[in-house]
Amino acid sequence: MKKELKLTVNGEPYELWVKPRTLLVEVLRNELGLTGTKRGCDSSSCGACTVLLDGKAVKSCSVLALQTNGGDVVTIEGLADGPNLHPLQEAFIDHWAFQCGFCTPGQLMSAKALLDENPNPTREEVEMAMNGNLCRCTGYNMIVEAILATAQKLPEEAK
Amino acid sequence: MTEYSIIGKPTRNVDGPEKVTGRAQYTFDMTLPGMLYAKILRSFYPHAKILNIDTSQAEKLPGVKGVITGKDTLGINFGVWRRFPELKDEQPLAIDKVRYIGDPVAAVAATDEYIAEEALDLIEVEYEPLPAVFDPLEAMQDDAPLVHDSVENNISVTRHIEWGDVDEAFKNADYIREDRYTVPPQSHTPLEVHNTLASFDNSSGRLTVWTSTQTPYYVQLMLADTLEMREGNIRIIKPHVGGGFGGKIGIFTNDYVAARLSMKTGRPVKLVYSREEEFTCTWRRTPMYYNVKMGAKKDGTIVAKEVKVITDGGAYHGLGATTLYLTGFFSAFPYKIPNYRFDGYRVYTNKSIAASMRGFGGPQAVFTGEQSLDMIAHDLGIDPIEIRRRNAMTPHYVVPGQATIESCGLLECLDEIEKSIKKRGKLPKDRGIGIAAYGYMSGGIFNWIDTPYAFSSAMIRISVDGMVDLYTQAAEIGQGSNTTLAMICAEELGVHLEDIRVHSGDTGTSSSDLGAWGSRTTLMMGNAVKMAAADAKRQLFEFAAARLAPNIVYNLDARDRRIFNKIRPERSVSYYDVVKDAIRGKEGQVIIGRGHYTPHEKGMISPAYSFGVQSAEVEVDRETGKAKIIKVTTVHDCGQVINPLGLRGQLEGSIMMAAGYGFTEDMPTDEGKVLNPSLADYKLLRYIDMPDTEVLGINTYEPEGPFGAKEAGEGLTCPTAGALGNAIYNAVGIRMKDAPLTPERILKALKEKEKSEK
Repeated sequence: MKKELKLTVNGEPYELWVKPRTLLVEVLRNELGLTGTKRGCDSSSCGACTVLLDGKAVKSCSVLALQTNGGDVVTIEGLADGPNLHPLQEAFIDHWAFQCGFCTPGQLMSAKALLDENPNPTREEVEMAMNGNLCRCTGYNMIVEAILATAQKLPEEAK
Repeated sequence: MTEYSIIGKPTRNVDGPEKVTGRAQYTFDMTLPGMLYAKILRSFYPHAKILNIDTSQAEKLPGVKGVITGKDTLGINFGVWRRFPELKDEQPLAIDKVRYIGDPVAAVAATDEYIAEEALDLIEVEYEPLPAVFDPLEAMQDDAPLVHDSVENNISVTRHIEWGDVDEAFKNADYIREDRYTVPPQSHTPLEVHNTLASFDNSSGRLTVWTSTQTPYYVQLMLADTLEMREGNIRIIKPHVGGGFGGKIGIFTNDYVAARLSMKTGRPVKLVYSREEEFTCTWRRTPMYYNVKMGAKKDGTIVAKEVKVITDGGAYHGLGATTLYLTGFFSAFPYKIPNYRFDGYRVYTNKSIAASMRGFGGPQAVFTGEQSLDMIAHDLGIDPIEIRRRNAMTPHYVVPGQATIESCGLLECLDEIEKSIKKRGKLPKDRGIGIAAYGYMSGGIFNWIDTPYAFSSAMIRISVDGMVDLYTQAAEIGQGSNTTLAMICAEELGVHLEDIRVHSGDTGTSSSDLGAWGSRTTLMMGNAVKMAAADAKRQLFEFAAARLAPNIVYNLDARDRRIFNKIRPERSVSYYDVVKDAIRGKEGQVIIGRGHYTPHEKGMISPAYSFGVQSAEVEVDRETGKAKIIKVTTVHDCGQVINPLGLRGQLEGSIMMAAGYGFTEDMPTDEGKVLNPSLADYKLLRYIDMPDTEVLGINTYEPEGPFGAKEAGEGLTCPTAGALGNAIYNAVGIRMKDAPLTPERILKALKEKEKSEK
């Protein structure tokens, strides 16, 4: 039995009908075509599906779509301001903070949530905040450096 | 040294904007109109005869559009081994029996994934369970069950390597020691699982396949073989790939099943593995029993080495034969060992396939050999760096009957590591630093697939605005080959990186390349791309010469979008103007440059070799047995660095994977069932586990490589586990011969040491 779901994704309002078992990641990828959000596991272990829900990083494979009714979701597709990349995205490119890129959207969304909450994290705070995001390619250090470099560059008003 | 415009400069990844915005498309993200979803039914027995398969109930389920079993296949086995058909031993879908938990027996295509899964439950398979065998030593016994009925003692491959007179040399050695090790399996764990989208066009008989692969060309040929289709009727497109690490070489069941079901249903079919299937039904790094005997003179000179290896091969070959050979080959690295013998046995067991993984037999060889060497150094009272220095390979060294080393910076690497260790000063209690040295191939010379084409080939097309389209089948899987190749192309042609657009990994638009394995892309495809760019440049020079009218004795060169007289660089002309002239002059045709590379007379293994030394500092907690990696320092000789950013990425990533191999990653089984097939239970290193890392450089030039470059993607997976083993010994005096070096094992060894000292 499908139920109505109203939510905002990347600033756009949506009204959908979804089954109770449908996950947020399934709505994003299959219904809205936002395939930037990935799935790497089925045990909420990898963080590749991380999006922002009402400003907090959540693993969208572990959230039922209907739980987000009335919510505000930001995915990787909503991170850049049109053609202007978010400073984190620029830093990820500058620091070679991705390789295959499959986990990268999740890494970026976790990093965004971290800097929104704590604009001046220490290295340890970055590692703890990002620890739910697996990466098999980079060895993490270059991601940490990208996040720290972004924090240093963020304008004061963003902090 | 030559000053390059682009080569050697830190350069942003050309795929960066796509990958940081979520726009990069992976097979995983793709759909087609009318697409069906496939699922595979797999054996839950480790070993059983298939008596009957009844699919009738599944076929009746609404939404099911096609069901296939072994009977729907042509019974032609998988395998890249066109030259060695006896090594092709894996059926696309099991026909007569299943040989491991997860062996595929049937597949369903349905209108959604839930229906496909429901249909699997409706397939009735009647099995007759058979006795199974899980350990290779047991599998070699005369009374062991046979995994493949025709293969005696389950020994599927033996490999023997020998030079010098090993027995005589041992007689003359001052010191001999023999040690036995075990090395574990490891899961590649790409974040993007194996998955395929196949679309067969009934009317034209043509098949298009999008797949997460490291080797588009092998997928094309192996689908042609197993489906008995013309190669040219199959087009493989490799979109972005979410990691491979040696686990996506050739075709896998997902490719075959998606293609076959698309042919049967006439609709596009997508098949995505679950994470559990990824762990249990794809390849794993080959576990081995490893016996190392070494003889040395009092001064530490190695006089002989004898290695015996028995591998837990799993149910089928994959690339197991090459893994076995290479572990034997790399066991003689990176030293001048005058007398060497290797005997390796690949043994079938009722487990998943053990085959290639990043390092391809190297990590096993280095974990064992570098610990043995440290023990010899210790016993003879020689410094670990000094014993390596005394035996190190040097430029132009010939490995008898196997290989010629050209560039080799191993001695310089040892010097740098020695300096960095000295800087650490005296270490606190229970801390230790261990080192390991290694060498690795820079482009495997293995023509398994028996291609008549060049190993790598490239084409570039220059349009009237100077835009350069580079067409290559090279498989970008995250290692950064699109960027590396674009840089090589731009440097050779004398243009900017923004002038290059890379089209890679599509068998329909570009000609042969063997794919991303054996650390071959930078050297082999790099050479092909450089040659293609040089070919186009030569054509441009014909027109530039007409404008510049240099004296015949002067040469032209191209750099920074200008073509100039080498002797009088101020006499130059714009690249863009020359391109326009050339296209008008060629009756309006675009400029095409072609290039290719195949290693000829370059030995058995590789045209060039990378070298390096790594040190690892660990701290052992005597209470918990947990060893923490404090710092890892690496000196890697990769010849001329193409892109320092990409190089560091490869090295950092290798450390994460290799430290996991040494410390946390394992796939324990019970009666053939993998006990930890999820990312919650299989322990990949995470952010908080990563040590401080440092990468030091040395300068070498490899004559066979493009601009002097050689590999950086795989060699560094070799040393870390061995360096960690040596570090633990130096920290707390226990010798760990069974990897991974888990807290349980460390604690046990500490207790045994305590007991023996009482």
